[in-house]
Amino acid sequence: MTRVLRSNLWAIGLAVLLLVLLGLTKLIQPSFGFNGLESLARASLPFAFATAAMAVVVIVGGIDLSVGSMMAVCSVTAAVLMTMMGWVPAVAITLLVGLAMGAINGSLIVVTRVPDIVVTLAMLFVWEGVALLILGSPGGTADRALTGMVRGWTGPVPSALLLMLICVFAVWWPLSRSKLGLSIYATGSDEEAAFRSGVAVGRTRVAAYAICGLYCAMGGLSLVMLTGIGEPVPGPYLMASVAAVVLGGVVLGGGRGGMLGPIIGVFVLRIIRTMLTLMGVDPNVTTIVEGSIMVAVVMLGGFIMLRGRKT
Amino acid sequence: MSDATTPETPSLLLRIGRFLRDNPVIPLIGLLFALIGILELMRPGIISPFWMGNTMRFAIPLAMLAACQVLTMLTGGIDLSAAVVATVAGFVVATATPLVGVPLAVSIALGAGLMVGLVNGIGVAFARVHPLIMTLGTGLIATGCLQVYQRYVIATGSEIPAFLVWLGTGRTGILPNSLYVFIPFAVLILLLLRYTGFGRVLFAIGSNENATRLSGLRSWQLLMALYLLSGFIAALTGLLYVGIIRAPSLSLANPLLLPSVAAAVIGGTSIFGGRGSYAGAIVGALILTVMGTMLTLMQLPEGARRIIFGLIILLVTALFVRITNQR
Amino acid sequence: MTTETEPLLDASHVAKSFGAVRALTDASLTLRRGEVVALMGANGAGKSTFVKILTGALRPDSGTFNIKGRPARAGSPAEARRSGLVPVYQEPSLIPDLNVADNLRLGGTPTEPFRRWVAELGIEGLRLTDMIGQLPLATLRIMDLARALASDPDVVLLDEMTAALPTDLVEKVLATMRAQADAGLGVIFISHRFAEIAHLCDRASVLRDGRTVGDLKIEPGVEDRAVELMLGARIDLGSRAPGEAPPPRPAGPPRLRLSGLAAGNKLTDVSFDLHAGEVLGLVALEGQGQDELFATLAGFRRPTGGVYEVDGRAAAFGHPADAIARGVKLVPANRSEALLKERSVRENIALPFSTRMRDWGVLRMAHERARVAEAIARLQIDTRAQGEVQRLSGGNQQKVTIARWLAHGVETLLLFDPTRGIDVRTKRQIYDLVRELAAQGTAVLYYTSELQEVPLACDRTVVLFNGRTVDEISAAEADQETLMRAAYGLSRTRAAGVSA
Repeated sequence: MTRVLRSNLWAIGLAVLLLVLLGLTKLIQPSFGFNGLESLARASLPFAFATAAMAVVVIVGGIDLSVGSMMAVCSVTAAVLMTMMGWVPAVAITLLVGLAMGAINGSLIVVTRVPDIVVTLAMLFVWEGVALLILGSPGGTADRALTGMVRGWTGPVPSALLLMLICVFAVWWPLSRSKLGLSIYATGSDEEAAFRSGVAVGRTRVAAYAICGLYCAMGGLSLVMLTGIGEPVPGPYLMASVAAVVLGGVVLGGGRGGMLGPIIGVFVLRIIRTMLTLMGVDPNVTTIVEGSIMVAVVMLGGFIMLRGRKT
Repeated sequence: MSDATTPETPSLLLRIGRFLRDNPVIPLIGLLFALIGILELMRPGIISPFWMGNTMRFAIPLAMLAACQVLTMLTGGIDLSAAVVATVAGFVVATATPLVGVPLAVSIALGAGLMVGLVNGIGVAFARVHPLIMTLGTGLIATGCLQVYQRYVIATGSEIPAFLVWLGTGRTGILPNSLYVFIPFAVLILLLLRYTGFGRVLFAIGSNENATRLSGLRSWQLLMALYLLSGFIAALTGLLYVGIIRAPSLSLANPLLLPSVAAAVIGGTSIFGGRGSYAGAIVGALILTVMGTMLTLMQLPEGARRIIFGLIILLVTALFVRITNQR
Repeated sequence: MTTETEPLLDASHVAKSFGAVRALTDASLTLRRGEVVALMGANGAGKSTFVKILTGALRPDSGTFNIKGRPARAGSPAEARRSGLVPVYQEPSLIPDLNVADNLRLGGTPTEPFRRWVAELGIEGLRLTDMIGQLPLATLRIMDLARALASDPDVVLLDEMTAALPTDLVEKVLATMRAQADAGLGVIFISHRFAEIAHLCDRASVLRDGRTVGDLKIEPGVEDRAVELMLGARIDLGSRAPGEAPPPRPAGPPRLRLSGLAAGNKLTDVSFDLHAGEVLGLVALEGQGQDELFATLAGFRRPTGGVYEVDGRAAAFGHPADAIARGVKLVPANRSEALLKERSVRENIALPFSTRMRDWGVLRMAHERARVAEAIARLQIDTRAQGEVQRLSGGNQQKVTIARWLAHGVETLLLFDPTRGIDVRTKRQIYDLVRELAAQGTAVLYYTSELQEVPLACDRTVVLFNGRTVDEISAAEADQETLMRAAYGLSRTRAAGVSA
């Protein structure tokens, strides 16, 4: 209960920050309203999935540098499949592909005993290559039914936001309450103690990476939904997802944090971009500011971890 | 545990592993010649003095960028901003020359490299951010800055300083002029690693940071100096590279990033730190350039190339872990 | 079903090697229902390897290991647990970032029995929602034991779990284990406190140099026999030449002066002087604050109170570099902390020559070679295995860590258990070296976990107990028994009876 409360305390603080930023946005640009919120939700969609993917592996005590590349593979897979079949089997196959890619990453880490950061760096290039092999240039198609899901409002909530929350927490909620979820936290928190407590550490790690892959598949699908085509070149999701995870209160090194914080973190980072755009800042300058904020967040996370280690 | 005596007879694999670790360059040169032989079989007559000069010309910037990776990897780090820094330097020097003249343009370009290095150093040395994440972030920021910069110089056009073109494309006999820069550079790096205190502690900190602390090293000093140096080398590479390519663009040297890491890894530098050689990385750069030619001849698509590069990094590292039984 | 005569646990002729190192050659242990057996052995006897095999963390190379007549499973602690043996380790194996309930769920422990055991073992007010990371260490140890008992085991293995438990909890643990054993449980008990073993155990099995050398029934006077077995035929560590009586206490100002030094909550009140030309021994049981003391002296952590002076000037070091600049140099306990294992002997010894920024230029090769060669010669380091330091034997590796400071020049040397896990010949060389250094004016602080070294290497000894210096013993009085009693916080003379 304390754990839930503590991680939620951070998430609540972050949510308050988000509301303040939204208020500020409204002050800067009084016309910012429903449309703005809707497009914010849409723009955040792939970032949210990338962050969810990263959060799982960071909690298990690892990192996955190949999230962007896996999303690209899934995006082109889905876009190509949808030229051949209906969207339901296409989505199902894409999700399986994501799961499999993640499991491959995890297995390579466990079997070769090469550090996660090196394995996933190598796999970043491998998956990027795979995406390019599947589709040499942007193309493919997306089913109307899918693209419609992320447009407009469902009741009082932007459809994109609703879809994202459902997808992320449909996996996370049961997982975090299962034995596997516990094992993931245990492995990230203290691998030796987890091993002694009877946790199959290697299998847990593979499972966490597989779930990371699953989220990447959702992210790839969301890209197809947003653009209507498949894009083989990975987007800038790696740095953004690490920053959102750290901002969301997940400790790099593992064992601590939840999923709500990182997801709110995504929106905090995205709203800053929206604000800068509304203020008429050059989009390239926006990129610099955004990059600097992300680096600052990660550095701050580093300082906090250092302090935590000393006590 | 009493391990007073270790008169073990190591297994064959272990002994081969030790030999390769102590002399990584010898088998690498063998591999290089084998690849050249295969290339000649694939396309008889391709090997000529001209081809060799060309291969060197393209291997040189790669080998210089690989120096960034070797130096940082010796400490257990990596510099993913190196390729972006090279791009920035190349682009800046080409676009600033018409505005401010050659000397100032070159200084600005090198200064930009040092700036990125400074930020990397601060993040790695003080905030203890993993170098991979840190340099990735600064690379993103630098790319953004370059895009903003481009908007201001878009009207002025570009001019690549003549001496850079001479260095990049000229030849002396069959040898490319870029060797005039590269040979002193390589000798300096090799000497730096072997005969200076800086080189010593670079290896030492990657081997065992705690031991260096115990021996009185303030690691932040070293890491700051290292990332500044890496930024400087990357910028230098960019200057040379823009002379080779002669067309400044916003992604000039970016495709060199992955090969530069691969060259260092193939050259026997451990990504965990403490072990490696620049000589190996130079041969690694040559191997990758020859392999690039082979892949082009085989008409492999870009995707397959990336997969192969990625798998090489993974395979070499996994083999290394297996042989040395590290971690 | 097991019959009365069939042992509950039976490990015989177990052997295990790590590469060239033979950690266990012939270890055996039998345990019947209702028995409590102590597993004893000095440092490096192979105890920890044997424990890892018993708990399933390692597979033996040869030998048999049966539980309840069936071959025990190995591979992981979870497998051993399925065979019926549940270990309780020195380090609690609970997940710091999860709460109590989640930890129970993780290991599949039933909640109700667990609560009962926790209460019985004397911990009150534990809630299932408490985070492990915020509970005191003693509570965690008790929880680990309660978790083991709640899973209804056949055999429980307690590996130093009473270390650092408060006395009242130790008594509860011992009483509970005795009662459980009387009800049919088998218990393997490891502790470095004789009194606890005498109080709880039926038998003691003694390991030495990787083999089981004796099985003793616990009865009055068994301690002497156990010590004899553990030490074996007294290894002759040599003795100090009679003419080499400890020099009189050096006069003049001390090199190091500590008065009421404190650092964190493990080191509360340490006072002593260390003079140039003397070897001051430090004796302490595990975890009495010696790690913190050495870390503070060498600049790894700042003192939180008291006085620390080097050569009469206050010293508050923020980094080991500060300590080195004042001539205070540390050889740590663990060689792997000090060595660059994939670098050469020369680079290892020469490391301090290059650590300061002003030394980052071109190496002074001739100077370096000469100093390194001198240190190698003086320590008689066997450098036949050229190249990487990790290819040297343990003793030679330890010499390299000392040679480093010898080459660099040393005014005050802090040696933390420098002879741990090395052969006798090297040990003797190290004693000689230490004495020689002192004779040349070096001040040496020498912590050792092997008491018989003290009279050989040291002029005086201070005893650290529970974070404070409690006693000072001169070399003449420093026989093992006196030191052992002081280290256990007992009076110096043998008292009647045994108290826990």
